[in-house]
Amino acid sequence: MQLNRDDLKEAYRRMCLIREFEDKVHDEFAAGNIPGFVHLYAGEEASAVGVCMHLEDRDAIASTHRGHGHCIAKGCDAEGMMSEIYGKKDGLCGGKGGSMHIADLSKGMLGANGIVGGGPPLICGAALTAKTLKTGGVAIAFLGDGASNQGTTLESYNLAKVWNLPAIFVVEDNGYAESTASAWSVAGTQTKRAEGFGMSGVEVDGHDFFAVWEVAREAIERARGGEGPSLIHVKLNRYYGHFEGDAITYKGEDEIDKIKATKDCLNLFKQRVVETSLLESDELSEIEGNVKSYIDQCAATATSASPPAEADLMTDVYVKY
Amino acid sequence: MSVKSYRQALNEAIYQEMERDERVVVMGEDIAGGMGAPGEDDAWGGVLGVTKGLMPKFGRDRVLDTPISESAFIGCAAGAAATGLRPVAELMFVDFMGVCFDQIFNQAAKFRYMFGGKAVTPLVIRTMYGAGFRAASQHSQCLYPLFTHIPGLKVALPSNAYEAKGLMTQAIRDDDPVVIFEHKAMYDEEMEVPDEAYGIPFGEANVTREGDDVTLVAFGRMVNLANEAADSLKASGITCTVVDPRTTSPLDTETILETVSETGRLVVIDEAHPRCNMATDVSALVSQEIFSDLKAPVKMVTAPHCPVPFSPALEDLYIPSTAKIEAAVREVLGKGH
Amino acid sequence: MSGNIEPILMPKWGLAMEEGMLVEWQVEEGDAIEKGQEIADIETTKITNAFESPLTGQLRRFVTMDGETVPVGFLLAVCAEEDVDDATIDGFVRDFKDNFVLDEAAAGAAEPETVEIQPGQSIRYMTMGSDSDEPILFVHGFGGGFDNWMLNQEALSEDFQTYAVDLPGHGGSTKQIGDGELATLTDMLQSFMSAMKIGRAHLVGHSMGGGIALDLATRYPDQVASLSLIAPVGFGPDINMEYIDGFITQTRARKLRAVIELLVDDPTGISPDMIEDIIKYKRLDGVGPALELLRDKNMPAGQQASALKDRLDDLVAPTQIIWGRNDRIIPASHAEGLPDRLKIQIYDDTGHMPHMERANEVNALISAIVKG
Repeated sequence: MQLNRDDLKEAYRRMCLIREFEDKVHDEFAAGNIPGFVHLYAGEEASAVGVCMHLEDRDAIASTHRGHGHCIAKGCDAEGMMSEIYGKKDGLCGGKGGSMHIADLSKGMLGANGIVGGGPPLICGAALTAKTLKTGGVAIAFLGDGASNQGTTLESYNLAKVWNLPAIFVVEDNGYAESTASAWSVAGTQTKRAEGFGMSGVEVDGHDFFAVWEVAREAIERARGGEGPSLIHVKLNRYYGHFEGDAITYKGEDEIDKIKATKDCLNLFKQRVVETSLLESDELSEIEGNVKSYIDQCAATATSASPPAEADLMTDVYVKY
Repeated sequence: MSVKSYRQALNEAIYQEMERDERVVVMGEDIAGGMGAPGEDDAWGGVLGVTKGLMPKFGRDRVLDTPISESAFIGCAAGAAATGLRPVAELMFVDFMGVCFDQIFNQAAKFRYMFGGKAVTPLVIRTMYGAGFRAASQHSQCLYPLFTHIPGLKVALPSNAYEAKGLMTQAIRDDDPVVIFEHKAMYDEEMEVPDEAYGIPFGEANVTREGDDVTLVAFGRMVNLANEAADSLKASGITCTVVDPRTTSPLDTETILETVSETGRLVVIDEAHPRCNMATDVSALVSQEIFSDLKAPVKMVTAPHCPVPFSPALEDLYIPSTAKIEAAVREVLGKGH
Repeated sequence: MSGNIEPILMPKWGLAMEEGMLVEWQVEEGDAIEKGQEIADIETTKITNAFESPLTGQLRRFVTMDGETVPVGFLLAVCAEEDVDDATIDGFVRDFKDNFVLDEAAAGAAEPETVEIQPGQSIRYMTMGSDSDEPILFVHGFGGGFDNWMLNQEALSEDFQTYAVDLPGHGGSTKQIGDGELATLTDMLQSFMSAMKIGRAHLVGHSMGGGIALDLATRYPDQVASLSLIAPVGFGPDINMEYIDGFITQTRARKLRAVIELLVDDPTGISPDMIEDIIKYKRLDGVGPALELLRDKNMPAGQQASALKDRLDDLVAPTQIIWGRNDRIIPASHAEGLPDRLKIQIYDDTGHMPHMERANEVNALISAIVKG
């Protein structure tokens, strides 16, 4: 399987959409227009898109508190997402979930998750559904280096292997669990952990869309083929703080700037496709322009949208009570 | 119609629902038993045999033994429910909820609300509760008040075999997450139970006795003690209404208020610890809504505020008894006169 | 035991009865009593009813007193000739009590059985009494079951073989009722008779079951020896939809009780257990849709659909019609203006359930028509 021109344009569009979305949320949050707290995915786009480019609606993903990128990569409506983050009735979850709980089950997006390590067990469930109902689907948990130390995650590795589930664990290691370095908090290595559970485990450079895409393809093919779970350790960087408002005093001087200058996943993608003449530079520019105006429109729509009404407070607690 | 034990009634409900709907799967520790072991298949059928026989009928794909990883498999059940299966997961002892609190309270319970009404989570968690087995502090608690506290969860406490089958069937057919509390001391209790499938609607209390003097509201196994107390008090000319709410969430407040209004006196019997339990919840409900109908202060019969003790000498003191219920009834009557 | 001492025992009314409370004796010690005379009120978990003396004699001793609850088969009283002395009666009572064992087999002797009338469709029934070529077949009404005949079947089984069925959609029978038309139920009942090799039967039908019995008698005349119709459908358009709809929709005991009370003239005899049994029945899979279909097909627009009255002219079998004057479900006025050759009995102070409210009298009427 190869990426054709349309695929490449789509991949670039999704990565740009995530970047633009997160930059917009950053600005709007700073301006005091967004309630609560948000965790931004900017810088990590190649991971979400590199994996989700292989997926269909029958495939499920579970995300993290840093979930906007996964949502967009899996096909959630960005306008609905933006309204959700603004706490508006038209939001993807009616304004009841917010940034940390954006979900769209119709797209196989089982939700961002406010609990670190919440996703892996859920993904075992989605994988079990796929296996039991023979949908041919796979289920993927995105988790951070912090979540990799949660018991739920390690239990899920074991369960997925014991039940031979079509599950994939994508550990997005941005180097920091909140402010604590993964170099300190993670004993051993992610791939050795996978090996310990009898799973395939590979490390990949998360700034390189093509590298992520390729290892994801292999893992997903194995899962679809009934060969059980895999782990992918994606090394990457986040551009913003753990949450918006984080002064990021724990990172090294120029750490982020250097990454942005040398390893930005969008730039790397652009260089690669232009240098190899897969896409023209102005095709990419056109995508960037379209995305920018679309995100501006999303923010404008979200700003002017209505908040939920009082009557909405008590709905959706139960299907029937 | 035939005589069935509480255990058989639960088994039959799950069996019939698995037969009816291929999306129903069962999972838990030793739920079949003997997985991967050289000996007998279906060795246990759950630690107390409730699910025995399901695996031979429905196969390993639908009757799933799990590793001892409650966080993983309860979370897995939640994820499976949100994506199209109707899992019945057994959390062996409710005391073990400590290691899968998040999957139940933060995940399954909240999907629907957090996702703006777009999720259904038809998950059933079966769990054993209750004292009397000399099983000590970590295998004897009630804990249903904790689950009742969480919006998004439904909580059912079948008080006999008939109720067990009907509430289990209802739970499996319900599109919300339901926690079914099975009292471990009741598995061998028998009664007539229909062979056909039936559900008992949630939130509809069962008035098991009608009387004039005192209303007894009791939960789970305590319903049987309340019935015994009511029958015994009849000899002294005291008649009691006994209410089995069946589910603590939803709670049939209407029947509780109506029956307490009629008698003017309330004794609530709850095997859970006395702080923030169903007894305090019902007492608060009654005092808030119909205080002026009360002829006497409300009385609660509960376990004490201590962990469940091991020694039979202590555990027997710990569990509410028929004698304690009768004494409470006489007390509210005395105070009322 | 003395040949001229005769015991009066706690009767068994219905499958579930294990014990009964003697509410009140209606006679005195020393009274001469006659077979069939109401001598006491007995309350079971299901119902309170007048107890008819099973024998004629002099009632010498009450053994079970007012308010006492005793098991089925336990000694209520002793009858004996005047020349039997008190000491002998004392001895008889003592012996009885010493030898009385709770015999579960006796207490629950008859158990319902099922028979398949088509693959996957079974009918539950209860049979009692010794075999005969022309048994009595009891057919209950909308929402009922074989246990509706608890005060009739056992009593009549002393002299006749009896069957009581659960109609399709009811009790322990199949919940598949096809198109829900009355005639479909009739055909299923006829299939039951075939399956049981009942060539000809004395039909006793109540309410909807009365309509079915009449339909069967006119369409399969060779199979019906006599017809006793109790408050039957089909004799006029009126029917109390408040009852029908309430029966279908009410799920809570207290609300359902108000509906069920419409059935009888004096509701005090309706026990919580009876209400509970109805609720349990209604919860069974398939019952709700079956009852709704029966209503929609047979009582569209709030009126009875079948006019069976016209068929009375075609009837060959001896027929009697029994009604309660205060029937609040189907008015007793439907019994007016019927052909003279029909025997019509209307009871005062009686509702829609004469076979329960006037059990002894109705039993006598059934016995009479069966004996010819």
